[in-house]
Amino acid sequence: MIIDDKMIDYIGELARLKLKQEEKENAKNEINKIIDYMDVLNTIDTSNIEAMSHAFPVKNVFRKDDVMPSKDRDDILLNAPNKKDGAFKVPKTFE
Amino acid sequence: MEFLTTMGLEVHCELSTKTKIFCSCSTEFGGEPNTHVCEVCTGMPGSLPMLNEQVVEYAIRTGLATNCTITQYNKFDRKNYFYPDLPKAYQVSQLYMPICQNGHIDIEVNGVKKAIRIKEIHMEEDAGKLIHDPWDDCSLVDYNRCGVPLLEIVSEPDFESGDEVIAYLTKLKSILQYIDVSDCKMEQGSLRADVNLSVRPVGQTELGTRTEMKNINSFKAIARAIEGERKRQIEVITDGKKVVQETRRWDDNKGSSFAMRSKENAQDYRYFPEPDLVPIEISDEWIEKVKNGLPELPTAKKERYIAEYGLPEYDVDIITGSKYLVKIFEKATEICGEPKEVSNWIMGEVLRMASETSTEFEDIKFNPDSLGKLIVILKNKVINRNTAKEVFEKVFTDDIDPEKYIKENGLEMVTDNGAVEAIVKAVIEANPKAVAEFKGGSAKVKGFIIGQCMKQLKGKADPGTVNKIVAEELEKL
Repeated sequence: MIIDDKMIDYIGELARLKLKQEEKENAKNEINKIIDYMDVLNTIDTSNIEAMSHAFPVKNVFRKDDVMPSKDRDDILLNAPNKKDGAFKVPKTFE
Repeated sequence: MEFLTTMGLEVHCELSTKTKIFCSCSTEFGGEPNTHVCEVCTGMPGSLPMLNEQVVEYAIRTGLATNCTITQYNKFDRKNYFYPDLPKAYQVSQLYMPICQNGHIDIEVNGVKKAIRIKEIHMEEDAGKLIHDPWDDCSLVDYNRCGVPLLEIVSEPDFESGDEVIAYLTKLKSILQYIDVSDCKMEQGSLRADVNLSVRPVGQTELGTRTEMKNINSFKAIARAIEGERKRQIEVITDGKKVVQETRRWDDNKGSSFAMRSKENAQDYRYFPEPDLVPIEISDEWIEKVKNGLPELPTAKKERYIAEYGLPEYDVDIITGSKYLVKIFEKATEICGEPKEVSNWIMGEVLRMASETSTEFEDIKFNPDSLGKLIVILKNKVINRNTAKEVFEKVFTDDIDPEKYIKENGLEMVTDNGAVEAIVKAVIEANPKAVAEFKGGSAKVKGFIIGQCMKQLKGKADPGTVNKIVAEELEKL
């Protein structure tokens, strides 16, 4: 798999990033290096190895359905770049 | 050209757990914006989710009640997309190993039975709410709903008509309510349906291009959206154009759907396994335990009511269709031991009062025992049927105790036949003209006399007794 200009534009769009030409070139080189490394990993025979998504064999970590107090609203909104009436304020969106 | 319609449904149902799926914030509906939130459900960096066990339990329950196979080793995945209602920029969901698979729900439309296959049921988190602020030309985000547990129930494309869709949703809703996993309040968004729809000319075996209509939140709106979209697609094809695969939004006020902007349409979610949550392993014992705890489901209940009580199928369909009517039926029957009578009261007075007062079944407040008691009182001829209906209205609206209410308002029937006789005699004496007509052969007059007597008795007499005494007295003339 090769990451070309078209793919970089597409990934940029998905990530909501406006990239300058220079940044696109950089990203392209870096992502291609990562993909190359994946190709190296792909040469290893894993046919008898079960796929895993976690490094540790831990399963069934659960929490009981008990309500705990929520955070103070002012604290939660502390990092919001914009707020109004107790809500996060964002550019207009269409649902 | 004649067309066939094919539909599939994705139903989102909010689970009625007390807390969110990955944190201990309350799931309570309403509340001031952003008061049921914490680091986890607002996606603060460094916070870690922890799965609510009850969500898994409810998912297993739902899977078993819809004839699914439970995936004993399953896990979560991230669905990536940018939208301000989702602070992490991904939704935790299940793509590769959903918790339930390959089930079915049996429906019946116009006497024809059909199984609708369920492809899968998966667990996921709900998103926040965006409120558009017209004064500021911005959107305000409330994350109270963000992280509320959802089940997404995905059907196969097995629907051929709007009636089948409605029958399926009605059945699904009643199952979810029976097994106590969701209140399914469509007006509060705890049950929402997305409809995938395609049309194709009769004779063509290959399915047409489908569109998806999102988040329609009433049964009536769903029926209208289906009809509207079917017509639109047929028009597109008849005009020689092609249906475009896209997500459309149904505007129920305008009665038409419109395509969502193509950017929102870009469906590349780049799913990958969620590294912050560990896999779930569901043992045979766990499944067995949940299975044993399941209540009797609508279909089984319906069959039992017909076999055990000999009730008409139509009535049983209505009653078993709602766990709230079932509760009234079973409690009242327990008190009075008259299932047929209880069923008649539900089909008559309960439904009438619910419709007259615009009360949803789940919001009916009266104690079901009162209906049972009222039926016993009626059976013992303490009051007559008309009075019983009046008392029931009070039971329905004010949840009064029928026995006490009848006593306090002196509604008991006059059981003293001597008293009834005296009134009958007085009425006959006071109406010589009517009596003359009776003698002249007019039978109608008897009804008039009975009416006058009941009026004097303020309706508190057994109509049979009054009827008999009036007949006797008139004979004597």
